[in-house]
Amino acid sequence: MSSNNFLSLFNSSVGKKVIMAVTGLFICVFLIVHVAGNFQLFKADSGLSFNKYAVLMTTNPFIKTISYLLYTFIIVHAIRGIMIEIENRRARPVKYAKYNGNANSKWASRNMGILGTILLVFIVVHMHDFWYNYKFGHTPFTLYKTELATGNLVDVKDMGPDFKMGSKMEEMMAGDYKYVIVKDLYKEVKEEFKRLLWVVFYVVCMGAVSFHLYHGFRSGFQSLGLNSRKYNNVFQTIGTWVFAIIIPLSFAAMPLYFYFNQ
Amino acid sequence: MNITLKVWKQKNNNERGRFETYQVKEVSPDMSFLEMFDVLNEDLITEGKEPIAFDHDCREGICGMCSMYINGRPHGPLQGVTTCQLHMRSFRDGDTIVVEPWRAAAFPVIKDLAVDRSAFDRIMAAGGFVSVNTGNAQDANNILIPKTDADLAFEAAACIGCGACVAACKNSSAMLFVSAKVSQLALLPQGQVERQERVISMVNQMDEEGFGSCTNTGACEAECPKSISVENIARLNREYLSAKITK
Repeated sequence: MSSNNFLSLFNSSVGKKVIMAVTGLFICVFLIVHVAGNFQLFKADSGLSFNKYAVLMTTNPFIKTISYLLYTFIIVHAIRGIMIEIENRRARPVKYAKYNGNANSKWASRNMGILGTILLVFIVVHMHDFWYNYKFGHTPFTLYKTELATGNLVDVKDMGPDFKMGSKMEEMMAGDYKYVIVKDLYKEVKEEFKRLLWVVFYVVCMGAVSFHLYHGFRSGFQSLGLNSRKYNNVFQTIGTWVFAIIIPLSFAAMPLYFYFNQ
Repeated sequence: MNITLKVWKQKNNNERGRFETYQVKEVSPDMSFLEMFDVLNEDLITEGKEPIAFDHDCREGICGMCSMYINGRPHGPLQGVTTCQLHMRSFRDGDTIVVEPWRAAAFPVIKDLAVDRSAFDRIMAAGGFVSVNTGNAQDANNILIPKTDADLAFEAAACIGCGACVAACKNSSAMLFVSAKVSQLALLPQGQVERQERVISMVNQMDEEGFGSCTNTGACEAECPKSISVENIARLNREYLSAKITK
């Protein structure tokens, strides 16, 4: 069999969905890591652990490689998804005058295109506000002073807008204290969610995540041909509880936490 | 019963269609949906008007010819039945019923409610058969088939090719039909020889006909008069992927 023939797989109606499934499920796995890491936002240490975590996530070569794969997958998932949506609309040029979709299918499953579009807009805004600003913008630095003996945080000092440093984080020991100067992404998060409009935007988008994954997670396995009476309940339960309830609720709790604790 | 019918009228595939309203009086609740159309057509012919064109044949739910999209659902409000098995007792006196043809680019309208489903025939011609000689009828125990496989193949073979899956799907996808036809042969020993060529050819033909792809909404399974399971679609995906990778 020629390689050309194999690649034609991805242009078939079955193969297109395989691309959606593989990229989509990969993004699902990433969300687990993302939400787990972000739980450090709730830690009462003025953002020290969260900021250290942000440095790790943006400097570790292995994690960086995975991130670029993730960005690629998000772009492929979005473009392929939009193309599928257009092709599928073309398959029914004359619409039904009376259509009763709720009688035979769930709302989320019929509106993956709209939900996905909301999420694409969300990802662009989210990446700009945090990823782009952290990497290329003016994210300030903060000094954390910790007592070595007890591990207690004794002082947190803003380094001011003019402070510049070659790396994202420096650690020093002096006397009984440990000093950490780190790029303060935590502060960016705190500032962002002082504004009600952003909080509402984030919470609504997490609603879209919930519906998108309620259908998407389970659907991904079906597209890969993994449908068995033995495991369907497992896929469905994980899809509903982990991806449609726990993860979106946890993410939505973050802007709400900052808004109500300012 | 008195029924108001809003029926799609379309001269041919080149002309734009429109709805026409008909009053059908003294409908018996025991009439089938198609018999109600017969009565209406008799009246229209008597009045010198053009009758409504619609597809039908066996009228016992096994031929797959009847194809009406009734009040937003293929084959009407009941589950597991074809339009010919639907009776007027499923509606109420004074109801307005909207009847449309299957709508899909791959199923062009021939006239009114009759659509051209020869796309399905071309998919079958592409590989939905066994061309190896299976010989004469022999003792059933000669070829050993696990009961579960035989049952699954039988369930898939119940597909009558009516096209309700395409009509119900928001993408006009033919995946349930094709998956049933691929499954019934992939599960049995006689289908093994052409197993890989079959699935590739049938999927290629399905795509060429202009059906959409599957979004896994499950609408097809819910509306299928033979309750064919979407497990067959997963099997089709597996069959196609492994054929493409290994062949």
